[in-house]
Parts: sequence; structure tokens; C-alpha cells
Amino acid sequence: MGDARNLKPLTLHVPEPRFRPGDAADFSDLEVPPAGAAPRPDTAAPPRDFTDLAYTMVRVLDEQHQAVGPWNPRLSPDTLRRMLRHMATVRAFDERMFRAQRQGKTSFYMKSLGEEAVAVAAAHALDAEDMCFPSYRQQGLLIARGCPLVDMMNQIYSNTGDKLQGKQLPIMYSEKRFGFFSISGNLTTQYPQAVGWAMASASKGDTRIAATWCGEGSTAEGDFHSALTFATVYRAPVIFNVVNNQWAISSFSGFAGAEATTFAARAIGYGIAGLRVDGNDPLAVYAATRWAAERARTNVGPTLIEHFTYRAEGHSTSDDPSQYRSTGEPTSWPLGDPIRRLKDHLVALGEWDEPRQEAMDRAVAEEVRAAQKAAEANGILGHGLAQPLDSLFDGVFEEMPWHLREQRQMMIDEEAASGRPWDRK
Amino acid sequence: MTDVIDTPITTRMNMIQAINSAMDATMARDPDVIVMGEDVGYFGGVFRATAGLQAKYGKTRVFDTPITECGIIGVAVGMGAYGLRPVPEIQFADYIYPALDQLVSEAARLRYRSAGDFTAPITVRSPYGGGIFGGQTHSQSPEGIFTHVSGIKTVIPSTPYDAKGLLIAAIADNDPVLFLEPKRIYNGPFNGHWDRPAENWSKHPGGEVPTGYYTVPLGEAKVVRAGEAVTMLAYGTMVHVCAQVAADTGVDAEIIDLRTLVPLDIAAIERSVRKTGRCMVVHEATRTGGFGAELAALVQERCFYHLEAPVERVTGFDTPYPHSLEWAYFPGPVRIGQALKKILKD
Repeated sequence: MGDARNLKPLTLHVPEPRFRPGDAADFSDLEVPPAGAAPRPDTAAPPRDFTDLAYTMVRVLDEQHQAVGPWNPRLSPDTLRRMLRHMATVRAFDERMFRAQRQGKTSFYMKSLGEEAVAVAAAHALDAEDMCFPSYRQQGLLIARGCPLVDMMNQIYSNTGDKLQGKQLPIMYSEKRFGFFSISGNLTTQYPQAVGWAMASASKGDTRIAATWCGEGSTAEGDFHSALTFATVYRAPVIFNVVNNQWAISSFSGFAGAEATTFAARAIGYGIAGLRVDGNDPLAVYAATRWAAERARTNVGPTLIEHFTYRAEGHSTSDDPSQYRSTGEPTSWPLGDPIRRLKDHLVALGEWDEPRQEAMDRAVAEEVRAAQKAAEANGILGHGLAQPLDSLFDGVFEEMPWHLREQRQMMIDEEAASGRPWDRK
Repeated sequence: MTDVIDTPITTRMNMIQAINSAMDATMARDPDVIVMGEDVGYFGGVFRATAGLQAKYGKTRVFDTPITECGIIGVAVGMGAYGLRPVPEIQFADYIYPALDQLVSEAARLRYRSAGDFTAPITVRSPYGGGIFGGQTHSQSPEGIFTHVSGIKTVIPSTPYDAKGLLIAAIADNDPVLFLEPKRIYNGPFNGHWDRPAENWSKHPGGEVPTGYYTVPLGEAKVVRAGEAVTMLAYGTMVHVCAQVAADTGVDAEIIDLRTLVPLDIAAIERSVRKTGRCMVVHEATRTGGFGAELAALVQERCFYHLEAPVERVTGFDTPYPHSLEWAYFPGPVRIGQALKKILKD
């Protein structure tokens, strides 16, 4: 290959994460602005007045564990303690369900270790009636909204108590009663759906707003951009959350464009308010969500919040992160552990202490253990028939057409012929 | 089930007017029905199917959308989750592909995956099919892509009367429906003879349409011509082409307009094929893996011992839809006539 004009050959840039297995992780050059430094615009301000907020980081908790600056939501100690407990419950729940998968009691699980603040603090900042369109790592929304743990575990086990009748992969919850939309598993499809829900709410003169979540990796999906376009066009009362946990399975955030800009900056091109927030700072997440909810509820328009955080474990039970990233990354992540940070803040306020923390941890562990016991009494995946065999065909349509009735009969005949000990009752 | 008509008053309509009238009648009764899509608002749609609806029902119920089909269907799914009954338009069926994930993985699967916690009661309208010199991006018949998907219904009318009644039934249905409109017959039935003067709906019985609210039930085929020699299964534009071929050739064909592909009226098909002993399937869409293949398979599974000849498929070719060679591609009277000869020769 040559060129008559004697030009230098082009080169293709393929992003590469800074640390791979065997490398020492060092995040010392990560820019972390001091807590309290970011200004807090009026909720009625037009997005073009504060585009800087898409490139900095809203942080409230400082190194001395104090809440500082204009974003300090000034929450009561009771609220802070509730948030702490909800985050601790998420972590304990994750731990037990991860172990349950390893014990062969279910097929799949996804932890949210290190990201608990993103969902829990948002749930506290939203109204209970606001509608959530989550991705698969916002179990904190359900726990903070009071969904019984046993119901969540029943779903994970696909057992007789599973309200989804064993039709969905574990953790793909659907909880309309807690304002929690059915999780898809296909990425970012929930984004335009949240916009549609929000548009419907606005067109009906309702007061409820919608919030949605996706990972930084799946901002690359077309649905993300369709959603932002729709949202800005109709000023939909919706909050877009991008959980930037740095990793999409084994692909680091550079494959979603993080080498070039922030994810909050995606908002700017759409004329949407964009905030970049310390996702491991529960007070910052709360304050940003509250601010965005106020904008949405007063018809100012949508907000995109990038939660800068870190996925401290694998994507799911199906991958081993030590195969693609430095094992030192989780421990050297400079923004700390959200639970530890909120606990330290409460202690600094004189509203908490070690004995109470230990008592809470024990209580939470016991609550999760009791829920697991109750759920396992309803069965675990693969041990016996938890759902009637013919329920396989229920819910494809509201009314079952002839071809499904025929196929259902085929299946029943096939099972009878197989001699397998299915109990169809 | 039979057609339920709430007023005996009828008038002449073309298919566009009938579709418009269906949305009008539905929106007047149900404040949760909303219409959206590219150019459907103030302008009333590129085919005028939504003309006058925005003026009548306001901008929050009838509005233009950004040009993102993925967004249009995704937003409709979210509106359905809220409790609305959206009727999004995809301007041409050829443009539906960016919305595939939202249709296949979301709208069609929502009831099942959430065990009924959420549903997607949306009706996606889209003009489809060729015969208008629309080239490859304004002529396709993608119905077979959607009939292959569990959880979505596919409806295709062939007359203004059916278009209105079926569309009202589709909007009232609590499951997602893909409502494909054969745009070649928007203004009049097309008999396949492209070189003859175009007809309009004024003389066709299907152009006499009740002015009020009525439904044609989903899942019911219609015998448009009774006959003994051969069963012709068709839908959309091809119903009229088949009827013309029967008239031209004098073959005593029984022509069944399927009207709904999923769920299919298998009983009507079986009844007819058992009577005639011969079956031909006709569609504009490409041949391989088309809905005709499903029909042929069903007929041989269920009527094999009544068949006196192999099931014939008459379809478009497995090429992109051409522009200048449109009439060479289109399964017109000659292709259908030759297939008829073949199926009747023994």
C-alpha cells in the first residue's frame, strides 16, 4: 500500500484500559474535585448556564466526613440512618444471593457492591409514587422502597412464590406496586420507555415523574440517544441516570467513549441538564436526584446524572474480573465505599457509633437470613416443578390463541411420554 | 364472533379515510388513545391518514415525533405502561427495523416476562407493500419478520370496511398489534394489471363503511369468493389480484382473505382446503422463510390427505424490492395464472 502524495498511513485507535491482570492499580491521577466545590444552580436555570457541571463532580462528603457546600441536602439523622440501613441491607442481600448461586440454588445473580448509594439514595430522593425504569443493578430501589426481601428472593429462585412464575432470569424483577418497571436484560430499552411514561404523566396532568438507569457502557445503544432526543423535544419529566461503574463486563468505559469526554456531557448536545456526581457519596446522589426531580416536577425538563462509581465485583456470577482487570482496582478506588462514608459521616455527627453499626449489621444479616429461609421454603431453581407445566404458555397474549393451545397440548403429551416425574397439579 | 356495528349509517370511504375514521372513533370514546409518529400531527401524515385528528383532539394526543423509530416504539411502550393506549405510526414499514428491539424484545415480551404486571397495549400502524414505484425503501412487506415473533399480533386489511373495523379492534386489544396497511390499495382496489386505469373504492362493496364505531374481530379470515376448484390464501393487495385472476381465467377459486396473520384463522383455511383439495398461497413478500412457507406447512400438516396437488407458493422474489423492474418483481396475474395452471393440471 502506498500513496502518491506520500502521506503518513492512518492509524486506528483501539482503547486500552490502564491496568490489566498483574498490573498494580494506581488512580492517583484521577481528578477528584474537593467536596462542596461545585456550584448548585437554581432548579429553573437553563442547562446552558451550567455545562461545567457535566465535567466536574458534585461531592458533598469531605475528607473529615462532614457534609459541605451548596449541594448538602441537610438530611435528618433519621433519614441518614435509614439510608445506611438500606445500603447495608442491599450488601447483605447481595452477599447471600451470590452465595446461593454458587451453591447451585439459582442460575444467576448480579451484585451491586460499591454502587449501593446510586440506587438507595435515589430512592430516598424520589417520591414513592415516581416510576423507576431500572437496569439490572438497582436492587437498592426495591429494598429502599420496602419490597419484601422474600419476594425478591422468590423471584431469584423461580420458586412457587415467584410472582413472575419463573418466566424471567433471576433479578429481572417487575414490581409495579413499588413503581419498579419490568427489567428487560436488553440494554437501555428502558430509556425511551421511561420517557414515554413521563410524557404520559405530563399529558395527563399527573404530578409523578419517571427515573431511569443504565450503565455507561450501554449509553452507546441507539435507545439512549432516541430517549434523550424525545426527552428534550417534549421536556419530559424524567431523570436519566448513567451509572458509570467503569466496566461493562470486560470492556472498560473507554469503549463507550470515556477517553474523550464524560457521560454527563452527553446531555449538553441535547440541551438537557447534565450533572456528574460522586456516585459513592450518598448525599451527593441524593442531592442531585432531588434537584433533578424538582426540575422535572416543575416542567423545567429532564436531567442526566452521571454517577461516577466503581463496580467492585464481576459483572455477574458468570464472569471472573481477575481475567480482564487488575485485582488491585477495587481496593485502590479513590472514592471509597459508600456505606463506610455514610457511616463515618453519621459518626462524625455524633449520631452513630461502632456498637450501633455492629448491631445494625447483625440485624440486617438476620433479616436477610430469615428471608432466605422463608424463600427457600418455596423451593429453589431446578429442584422440583415450581410452576405448573402448562403455565409456560400463559401470558404470551391476554387470551391464548389456538396455536399456543395446540403447542401446550403437545408439551403435555411429550411430558407424559417422557416418564419424567413432573407433577402437573 | 361477528362484526359489531353501533350505527347502521354508512358512507363511501377509501382506505385512508377509513383508517382515519377508525382513529377518530376510538379517540372520541377513549381519552387514553393517543396518536404519534413522524409528520402525523399538524400535517396529518404523509398519506393523510391522521388528517384533522390534531385539530380535533389537541397536540397532547396527536403529535409529531423525532425521526427515531426505536424512540417512537420505546416511548409507546412506556406510555402503555402508564395506562395509555398509543397508536404510533411508522411512516413506511421499510423504516421499522430501528424499532425491532423495542417491538420484539419489549412490546411483544412485556406481558410474559412480567407475568402480566405490565402490558403493552399498543397498535403500530405502518403502510407496507409495493406497486407504487417506491423502490426498495418504500415497498417492502416485512410481515414474516413479525409473525415469527411470539407475543405480537399481525393484522393486514384489504378493504376500507375491514381496515376500519380491524383497526378499532386492534386499538381495543390489550396486546401489541402490528397493523400493516397495503398502501397500493389506499385509494382503490388494485387488480394487478398495472397497465390499466386505476380504480377507486367507490364501486367496491368494501368501500361502504359505517360512520360510527364498529369492530371486525382479530383472528377471523373472510371468504371473499366462494369456489370449488382451488383455495387461494392471500391478504392485503393480493386479495384483489387473486380475485381478478379468478375472473380472468374463469377458475372457480375460493379466495380467503386472512385479514389477521397472527392469530391465524386456521379453521377457515382447513375448511376450504378440505373442500377444494388444492391450495395456493400468495404474497408480495420475499419467498424464503415468508409467511407463505408457514401457511404451506400448516396446510400439509392438517390437510395432506385432502390435497390433490402440492401447495403452490406465489411470492415476490428473494431480491431487494426493485425500482424500475417493479412489475417484474410483483407477483401479478401472470405469475399467479401460471401457478393456477400448474396446480390444476392433474
